[in-house]
Amino acid sequence: MDYKVCYHCGDNCTETTIILEDKPFCCQGCKTVYEILSESDLTCYYDLQSSPGAIPKEIEGKYDFLSQEKIIEKLVEFSDDKTQIVTLYIPHIHCSSCIWILENLNKLNTAITLSQVNFGKKTVRVSYNTEAFSLKQLVLLLSSVGYEPYISLDDYETGQENVNRSLIYKLGVAGFAFGNVMFLSFPEYFEVNEFWLEQYKHVFRWVMFAFSLPVVFYAAQDYFVSAYKAIKTKILNIDIPIALGIVVLFIRSTAEIALDLGSGFFDSLTGLVFFLLLGKFFQQKTYSFLSFERDYKSYFPIAITKITNGLETPVQVYDIQKGDRLLIRNQELIPVDGILINGNAKIDYSFVTGESEAVKKQSGDKLFAGGKQTSGVIEMEAIKSVEQSYLTQLWSNDVFNKNKEDGFTTLTNAISKRFTIAVLSIAFIATIVWLFLDSSKALNVFTAVLIIACPCAIALSAPFTFGNLLRILGKKKFYLKNASVLEQLAHVDTLIFDKTGTITSNKKSDAQYEGLPLNQTEETLLKNTLRGSNHPLSRSLYDILKENAIVTLDSFEEHLGQGIEATHNTNHIKIGSAKFVGFKTETAILNTAVHISTNDSYKGKFTFYNSYRKGLSKLFNTLKKHYDLVILSGDNEGELENLKKLLPAKTKLLFNQKPDDKLEYIKYHQSEGAKVLMVGDGLNDAGALAQSNVGIAISENVNVFSPACDAILDASKFNQLDQYIKASKSAIKIIKWSFVLSFCYNVVGLYFAVTGQLAPVIAAILMPLSSISIVVFTTLATNLIGRRLQ
Amino acid sequence: MSVIYILLTVSVIVAIGFFAAFILAVKNGQFDDGYTPSVRMLFDDELVKSKHTLTKNNKKTNHN
Repeated sequence: MDYKVCYHCGDNCTETTIILEDKPFCCQGCKTVYEILSESDLTCYYDLQSSPGAIPKEIEGKYDFLSQEKIIEKLVEFSDDKTQIVTLYIPHIHCSSCIWILENLNKLNTAITLSQVNFGKKTVRVSYNTEAFSLKQLVLLLSSVGYEPYISLDDYETGQENVNRSLIYKLGVAGFAFGNVMFLSFPEYFEVNEFWLEQYKHVFRWVMFAFSLPVVFYAAQDYFVSAYKAIKTKILNIDIPIALGIVVLFIRSTAEIALDLGSGFFDSLTGLVFFLLLGKFFQQKTYSFLSFERDYKSYFPIAITKITNGLETPVQVYDIQKGDRLLIRNQELIPVDGILINGNAKIDYSFVTGESEAVKKQSGDKLFAGGKQTSGVIEMEAIKSVEQSYLTQLWSNDVFNKNKEDGFTTLTNAISKRFTIAVLSIAFIATIVWLFLDSSKALNVFTAVLIIACPCAIALSAPFTFGNLLRILGKKKFYLKNASVLEQLAHVDTLIFDKTGTITSNKKSDAQYEGLPLNQTEETLLKNTLRGSNHPLSRSLYDILKENAIVTLDSFEEHLGQGIEATHNTNHIKIGSAKFVGFKTETAILNTAVHISTNDSYKGKFTFYNSYRKGLSKLFNTLKKHYDLVILSGDNEGELENLKKLLPAKTKLLFNQKPDDKLEYIKYHQSEGAKVLMVGDGLNDAGALAQSNVGIAISENVNVFSPACDAILDASKFNQLDQYIKASKSAIKIIKWSFVLSFCYNVVGLYFAVTGQLAPVIAAILMPLSSISIVVFTTLATNLIGRRLQ
Repeated sequence: MSVIYILLTVSVIVAIGFFAAFILAVKNGQFDDGYTPSVRMLFDDELVKSKHTLTKNNKKTNHN
């Protein structure tokens, strides 16, 4: 069957096709969006990119809380009598059409004065007139055209975020000073004794001095702070020789021009700081549309409906008290632990436990925070506050406050320890030797050694290598938080995987039929009966079965929570639970199954198995050679046999692991010296991801939230994981080679320094030369690694 | 007073002028989003076009 593609959202029009103005639409929602847009002459939206839209979701009552002053106040950036400015996060922003439509919001409502999209962050900043419009109306307007904003508890506390731009400022200052100082110092490089120059050189030198002041006292301050901290904790890091170099450069240069001994090294000084900051800037590359710091707050709603004396009022979730009655709508998240009062509760706990199946609850049952209601409206009574709920308490664990970078010695710092000691001993020995030879030159040599040995090239190797590899991996859909993650990744020796959602894919499941074979009429009947049902299992089974002729059923009945039955001609079919179809001998099977009987005789069952990601077996077989492999699952043991067949024999398989258990398991292995890489998804892995040396979150769609982690891996690239780890190891090799290269430069420089012939021009040539060649070498080498990745 | 002082002062002032412009640009958030402006620029034509068709439609309705 050929499906038409929806003009608005690009989905296949599977069930019904609505035609409007010769354009096919897959549902009423998409059609409505088209109508809204065409009324306001905004159909240009569809010209820029074909099928750019999203299906608008049912949102009735969902945003009632936005009419509360107290909540609005926390969300808007700016507010006065007439105007409000708000920045909303819209996950659907993905193409140029999105930018266009969102920046033309004023055509949909004239109260909107300005809207501006930040594509990288997927946000839109809207200012509107509050006399004719409100935040709630804005959110409803956006939702009606398929751009529903995501508002979570996270937004409630931050409000307006402060962007840290200090590095750009510092880089600007250093670059500005470097350029000007270079111009001013050029004359003296060549024409040392010219009359004209002789007369004015003092002016030039003092102007250079003035330019270097903001560089030393503002642009370079991070290095001094870092060096000071390192000395205080008795660690020799790379910033110590750098800070020492900067100080010596500045003092010696100032002394030289004050005492009229020479032109000073202001060019090298400003250049050094500029190159170092450039390296930092390069490494700082972050993915603004991803967040690596999310906790439960990003998943939780801001407000929930509270029932007091039969009245429904939105209440901020932090204000929920013990004993409050709450109304949870379909697809809403339960924010606190509580007891179910009434309603048909079917809670999806996949966030919390990793269990794939939604659980049914009866009135009086306990509900845990983090569960998602999946069928209809329920009422519950809170028995705890948000912070005290079972799930949120996981975040009070110390691991979430620990910075992983502390306590990890980077390669650069490890090498700089020996380097600093070596440089200082060379400086002292050379000074002592010169004290005997020519004591007037001793101080000159001492400072020259410290200047020339300033490890600019060493300090640049790691930022440029990692920065570039980070960028390359980002293109391959593996997003790392920062460069230190890459370095930790190279040292990993144990790989731990979560099961549900990590090694299995969320979308499709496989079903296998066991029992008596079905004949043609039965198959047709089965397929047609499933067509009418909206139950998720029916939907997935329908998709798995092959196409059959469409027949009109004579009768069709759905028994909630049990199954469906239908008749066609003389044939009768029952599909559903074992009890429903009349199958008595139920064995203890943990997998989900759908049973079938026709004309009151039992036929067989479809058992659903997890569908594992492509290339899983191959990946594990490649990885087993170098790593210990473990599966830690929150699910039951239903898949044990299946997994045993798929994975290499020595893989450890552990089931029924609670979030805390996962965390403790990793902690235990780390205490035995293992370097753990945890791959997971969902909030239930959050503790384990935080505890592990490297925590990677798998995501089917990187725009959807992942728990706090060190890296986010697109699910489609899961089978490339071994390649990525290999790349991180090659990066370490590149850095080691560039260390060797920069040592060569240092040896040449030290020759000049120790023999007392270090002229400013030599320093000014040697320093940029070494830095630039390191940058070129590392960039080329990492690109070579990138090319080898698929 | 030699001409070099004037030249030096002028050159430094010009340089500081550019530097101030850079600082101002950073402060206004020009470096925060490196992608959207490049797309936004392309829409200037599209907007004109849609306004154009709008007036055309209006004319048609007037005639009728």
